[in-house]
Amino acid sequence: MSANTMSYHWGKHHRSYVDNLNKQILGTELQGKSLEDVIVQTYNNGDLHPAFNNAAQVWNHDFFWDSMKPGGGGKPSGELLKLIERDFGSFEKFAEEFRAAAATQFGSGWAWLAFNPRPSDGKELVVLKTPNAVNPLVLGYTALLTIDVWEHAYYLDYQNRRPDYISIFMEKLVSWDAVSAKLEVAKAQAA
Amino acid sequence: MENYRGCFVGYAQASNLGRHYPCLLRCPSTMAAAATISPPCALLSYQGLRGALVSTRTFQSAKNQRQCGRAVAAPISAKFDLKPPPYPLDALEPHMSRDTISYHWGKHHRGYVENLNMQIVGTDLDGMSLEDIIILSYNKGDILPSFNNAAQIWNHDFFWESMVPNGGGKPSGDLLELIERDFGSFEKFSAKFRSAASTQFGSGWVWLAYKANRLNVGNAINPRPSDEDKKLVVVKSPNAVNPLVWDYLVSTIHRIAVCHCSLHIHRFI
Repeated sequence: MSANTMSYHWGKHHRSYVDNLNKQILGTELQGKSLEDVIVQTYNNGDLHPAFNNAAQVWNHDFFWDSMKPGGGGKPSGELLKLIERDFGSFEKFAEEFRAAAATQFGSGWAWLAFNPRPSDGKELVVLKTPNAVNPLVLGYTALLTIDVWEHAYYLDYQNRRPDYISIFMEKLVSWDAVSAKLEVAKAQAA
Repeated sequence: MENYRGCFVGYAQASNLGRHYPCLLRCPSTMAAAATISPPCALLSYQGLRGALVSTRTFQSAKNQRQCGRAVAAPISAKFDLKPPPYPLDALEPHMSRDTISYHWGKHHRGYVENLNMQIVGTDLDGMSLEDIIILSYNKGDILPSFNNAAQIWNHDFFWESMVPNGGGKPSGDLLELIERDFGSFEKFSAKFRSAASTQFGSGWVWLAYKANRLNVGNAINPRPSDEDKKLVVVKSPNAVNPLVWDYLVSTIHRIAVCHCSLHIHRFI
């Protein structure tokens, strides 16, 4: 993921979601609330309030940067790997499902590994794909990992080759440490 | 205007170099060996306007529309072709580079064609016109797998046709009259169109369309008419959605008028 991509993606796109959200909430009752509260409130059960897109995109991008690290990739370990193997069968099956979700989210959106605190089928880990700015928060899950599949995330480096971008993300970028840390928090909150 | 039948294609936002390009009507033939052809926009004539095609008030029957295009034998396989833009890939420079068009048309648009062909082979969609596939697979909003590819083919065909080298400027004739009638002025329409294009969040399209007032029963009167019926409207749509599906009761005679600009990011990079 090139410096050029990062400076556009973070320096322009992500920055403008922040700038635009600040303008939108100024002087309103949303001002002073936490970002997560703004997101949930403006999601408004799907009947989006204007500030939702900006608020959620700020959060989503913060989360995206945290989902990666230099020298990332490889496989998870410990409790995270155990749960992945329990809920997907194997790490390989999880990876396949995650890549497929990322590749098939039509238009703009995100793919996620998320924690479901109240699973009806006993599977706490789920792969989700969401359109535009929607994220697991508003669906009642705890996000653990995300990949941005808006074209602005990969077009400069990969053009239309989204599957190549997804492969590189999995092989070289994903920070399993960050995912494990988020899982610990999620399990503690669910307990 | 009440008896008006027909549709328009809009015009590009390219700069005006003062040259008139006669825009020849091409009746898009989107299937390799189609028994019938349903072009997305039944343009009846052109008036040599820079970048704009305007229909006359002459009524063109559905039968004539279907004759437009290649005469073909019975289909062996009903594969869709990737239709090229009606100008060379570098013809829109410096406003839209050859590079962009070769990616946008050559990879993205082509991908939709190839993927749709794979999806429909051996199914009951195989052999249907593109528009019929779109409307059927839109499935009143509960979209079926082939919708995205089919609609994106149609949308992109239309997008290339919405532009012309040295386009831009202003429309005239019937088109300008209707724009002034329904938006107040060309400038007001333009502001509305630009604003819609800037505010479509995520991927999508912006359109100039003609909103008819129809029901699916002949001679019925629409019990819920709106102020926008029988008017030009600016509308925006997400992802692959297009105005065809919002008025999916469109007959083969009436066509929705569209001019649109694509807001998927690949169009800009």
